[in-house]
Amino acid sequence: MSDLNAFITEETIDGESDGPLSGKSVAVKDNISTKGLRTTCGSAMLEDYVPPYDATVVERLKDAGGSIAGKANMDEFGMGTTTETSAYGPTKNPVDESRVPGGSSGGSAAAVAAGEADLALGSDTGGSIRCPAAFCGVVGIKPTYGLVSRYGLVAYANSLEQIGPIAPTVEEAAELLDVVAGPDAHDGTTRDEGADSDYAGAADGDVDGLTIGVPTELVDGADEGVVDAFWDAISELEAQGATYEEVSLPSVDHAVQAYYVIAMSEASSNLARFDGVRYGKSGGYEGNWNESFASAREEGFGAEVKRRVLLGTYALSAGYHDKYYAKAQDARAWIKQDFDEAFADVDVLASPTMPVPPFELGESLDDPLQMYLADANTVPVNLANLPAISVPAGETEGLPVGLQLIGPKFGEEQIIRAASAVEQ
Amino acid sequence: MSQSRVDADEVRHVAELARVNLDDDEVEAFATQFADILEYFDALDEVPEVDRESDLVNVMRPDEVREGLSQEEALANAPETEDGFFKGPRVS
Repeated sequence: MSDLNAFITEETIDGESDGPLSGKSVAVKDNISTKGLRTTCGSAMLEDYVPPYDATVVERLKDAGGSIAGKANMDEFGMGTTTETSAYGPTKNPVDESRVPGGSSGGSAAAVAAGEADLALGSDTGGSIRCPAAFCGVVGIKPTYGLVSRYGLVAYANSLEQIGPIAPTVEEAAELLDVVAGPDAHDGTTRDEGADSDYAGAADGDVDGLTIGVPTELVDGADEGVVDAFWDAISELEAQGATYEEVSLPSVDHAVQAYYVIAMSEASSNLARFDGVRYGKSGGYEGNWNESFASAREEGFGAEVKRRVLLGTYALSAGYHDKYYAKAQDARAWIKQDFDEAFADVDVLASPTMPVPPFELGESLDDPLQMYLADANTVPVNLANLPAISVPAGETEGLPVGLQLIGPKFGEEQIIRAASAVEQ
Repeated sequence: MSQSRVDADEVRHVAELARVNLDDDEVEAFATQFADILEYFDALDEVPEVDRESDLVNVMRPDEVREGLSQEEALANAPETEDGFFKGPRVS
């Protein structure tokens, strides 16, 4: 294999029966549990962790005949937009190896773009499937919250995240979504909508009569080359019979703040499980419980994870809860309302997936706030629990641009249909 | 406002609450970064009060015994075990 560093663990597992994924290899993001196969979450904390069970999505892809190509590199615990916070080194973008592949599912997208796997599973808490799909020039789908089981996904921010597919084409991404979607008794947040789905059948390119809303807030301020590629794609869709109108979502100007407060708060709670006793790096047996716990976490966590755990602890602490966490929940409700109102008038919403082309390696590591701001177009979707797809839409200066299509709740077929027209 | 809100002592206090040891360099870097990030979060003050979803319902299932991990599987990833138990540091 090449030296992209797309995989943390390059072991393969064969599929268990014949099915729709027979003969297909799937890169599995390393925060998705694979029985007997090391699952690190991109963290030194879990360097030796071997799950005793499969995530539901892994069971389903093996039952569908798919093989596992390896465990894909990622930002530590999903916390990053570049795959550079991985304890196992950054992944390079196969389109331009001086650039990041995006994140946090950067290994998954890079593996698919480079042909090191036919398909991949990623997870998307605030854009972690769509961002690397856009930066690597492949397709990624963030499903509606509750469509895909999170059982066996190592939690970062459970109210926001979904597992989803990454593939070279919309139809292949939809095929993998068909395999993993649907209710699961092991995840009480799953819903019935994904049972017996035929998302692949929706990839028919028929956008005649489709109405597209373009939220001006998600286009203004984006890189010029990205905006040009975006409008070219919208014109293509118009030529195929779709119409577009500009819409306004005033609440999304507060989405990045709300997202980070909620995600960090949930992370501070979720990552409390890493105490070095049941799994992970031991903090030793010299001091008392608290000292041992704090030293395990000093050693096991990287800077971005410490930053988010501390800020989440701060946001939830006495005196600050109402100022940060409660206001972020208000913003989340406001954003949901704005989307509901927009979908009363249009079928799908469109924006650039990322406001910028892929960063150069090392460019954004020293300024965390700048990295957070790059998530402006992806985080509103997670806050509103909606489905969205990123599909390649041309280039700027030789680098891929992604078009994001957002659908109403459980509107996967609509966004898949629209995205398949962009490919034509 | 934000400059006075986060200083090194405050970072140390939060790190203690979160049970994460930090070295002095990390404390300094985090104090500066947290001031910037928290100042940015201040924009949440402008968010209006919104009616939250009122139609949420609990999803319950009968509390029945199901297949789970064996004791051996549950202990397999522990750094240390003793007589079939996890081994931890002393509690106080």
